[in-house]
Amino acid sequence: MTKYFQPEIECADPAELRKIQDEKLVKQVWHVWNNVPYYRAKMEAKGVKPEDIHGVDDLHKLPFLSKADLKEAYPYGLMGCSREEIVRIHSTSGTTGKRVIAFYTQEDLDLWSDCTARAIVAAGGDKTDVVQISYGYGLFTGGFGINDGSHKVGCMTLPMSSGNTERQLQFMVDLGSTILCCTPSYAAYLGESIKEAGLRDKIHLKAGIFGAEAWSEEMRRDIEKSLGIKAYDIYGLTELTGPGVAYECEEQHGMHINEDHFIAEIIDPDTEEVLPEGTVGELVFTSLDKKGFPMLRYRTHDICVLHREKCSCGRTFVKMAKPMGRSDDMLIIKGVNVFPSQIESVLIDEGFPANYQIIVDRVNNSDTLEVQVEMTPELFSDNLGKINEIEKQLIGSLKTMLGIYAKVRLVAPKSITRSEGKAVRVIDKRKI
Amino acid sequence: MDIHQVSVFLENQAGKLSEVTNLLADNDIDLRAINIAESSDYGIMRVITSDSEKALKILREHGFIVNSTAVLGVSVPDRPGGLAHLLRILAQEKFDVEYMYSIFGQPNGLAYMILRVDDIDEVRNVLEQDGIHTADCTELGINS
Repeated sequence: MTKYFQPEIECADPAELRKIQDEKLVKQVWHVWNNVPYYRAKMEAKGVKPEDIHGVDDLHKLPFLSKADLKEAYPYGLMGCSREEIVRIHSTSGTTGKRVIAFYTQEDLDLWSDCTARAIVAAGGDKTDVVQISYGYGLFTGGFGINDGSHKVGCMTLPMSSGNTERQLQFMVDLGSTILCCTPSYAAYLGESIKEAGLRDKIHLKAGIFGAEAWSEEMRRDIEKSLGIKAYDIYGLTELTGPGVAYECEEQHGMHINEDHFIAEIIDPDTEEVLPEGTVGELVFTSLDKKGFPMLRYRTHDICVLHREKCSCGRTFVKMAKPMGRSDDMLIIKGVNVFPSQIESVLIDEGFPANYQIIVDRVNNSDTLEVQVEMTPELFSDNLGKINEIEKQLIGSLKTMLGIYAKVRLVAPKSITRSEGKAVRVIDKRKI
Repeated sequence: MDIHQVSVFLENQAGKLSEVTNLLADNDIDLRAINIAESSDYGIMRVITSDSEKALKILREHGFIVNSTAVLGVSVPDRPGGLAHLLRILAQEKFDVEYMYSIFGQPNGLAYMILRVDDIDEVRNVLEQDGIHTADCTELGINS
C-alpha cells in the first residue's frame, strides 16, 4: 500500500493546491520586494509591482533570475532576511564559475526536511528503516538534506558521508542498512565493491534514493540489479534547497515536484516565453516559502518536460521527467537539438566507456558531428570486420537517438583528456 | 604449442607504429612477421614475435589495447603454385580463412604463411594429411 509523509498535501485536490500557491506567491513577492533590493530593482526595471501579482496566473510578469544574477549579487545580495535569522548556509562546488552560496532560516530547513522526508516515504521508508546516507556532508546539500528528512521519518540514520568504501560496506552489513542514499555513480561503485567482496548475501538494502548527478535508465537497471533494490531518483538544486525539490514515487516514472513549496514553469530558453505543460523546454522554479534565499523565476538551465496526468501512486503533484540535458549544453546541429547526455546514454548502452568527445564542425556550409570514443580491451578484436560491425551499430543507435548522422571515431585509450573538474565534452569548431 | 599472434589497436597517427616497434626493440623482442589491417581512422597491427607473452605485457603496460590470438603457421613449398596448392585444399575442405600473411627469409630457407582460422587443430590435421608441413614455435624462432 502506498505510504505518504504528508498525504493531506501530497494528494491534495489540484484546485486546493492552486489556491495555496496563489496565496503563498503573493506573500512571497511582497517579502522579496521588501527585503531583496537586488530583485526589487529588477522588478522596477520591468515595471512590475507587487500589487500586480494576484496569483500564479501573474507569475509570467515577474523577471527571471539567472546564474549571472547570483554571481553579481554574491555573496549577500539575494539574502532575503537579516543575518540573525540565518542558521545555515550551503554552497555549490563552483566548477562552472563562481560558487553559489544559499542561506537558510530554521523554517527553511524545516520545509526542506519535509521535502526529503516525503522522498524517503515515497521510496518505501518508515521508522523501521536504517538509512545509510553516503552523500557528502558539508557545504554540499546532499548529506544534510537527506539526513534531516530521515530524522523526520524516524529512521535510524547513518551519517556516513561519501568515500571510505570499506567502512560503508562494514556498516551496511553490520547494521543492516535498508535504504541507501548517495550519487548514482557511487551507488554503482558500491554495487561493484559488494560483488568483489562477496557480500551480496549479507546486505539487506531494499531501496536507494540517488541524485545530484545525471543518470540514465540503463544505469538505474544496473544499480537495481547489482544492489537488489528499487532505485529512486531525486531532484534538487542548491539555489532552491538541495535534494527534495522533486522526488520519485513507486511508479519510477518522473519526479513529483513539491508544489506547495515550489512552482515549476517550462520556458523556451531562447525566447523566454512560457510553454504549455507537456512541452520540452527549460525548467524555471519559484520558491514559495523560503525566506533566507528566496528565488523568483530562477532559470535552472535543465531541459525537461512536465506531466500532470494522474499518477497511480495517488499524489497530485505535477511530475517532471528526468532532465534530458542542460540548455547551456544544447547543440544545434543541422537544425536538430543535440544534448551530450543523449550521446552518453547511447555509448553506455553499447558498452563503450562514458569518456567521449563531440566534435562539431562546418564543412561546405553543412554541419558535421563526430563522436570520438575510446577503444576498450573488451571491444577490441584482431578482426577488422568485427570492429567495423560494432562501429556501424553505434552509428545506427546514435542516428536513432539523435535523428542525424554522427561519424564515429574510435581512438586509443586515455587519448581523450581527463580533467579534474568538468570534462570538456564538446569542441565546436564552427565559426558562425 | 600454438603460435600466438599479438594484435594492437593503433590510431592512424604519425609515430604510433614506431612507438610499438621501439617498445619491442627496447625489450629485446624480435619481430618474426607483421601485418596491418587498416580502416580510415585506425588500424590493427598484427605481429608474430619471439616472445608473445612479454610483448603483450609490455604493450599493455604502455597503455596499448592488445589481444592474443592463436594462429596457424604453415610452410609453403617455395616454387610456383606452392600457395595455390595450399589454398586449394582449404577451399575444398570449406575452411574459412579470416586473413593471412607471410613470413619470408627464415634461416631454414622456407617461406611460411600465417593463417587465422577458426579451428586450428582441424585445419592442421587436414593439411598434414595432405603432406603440408605446419610449423611449431621453435621452427619460427618463438620462445613462447
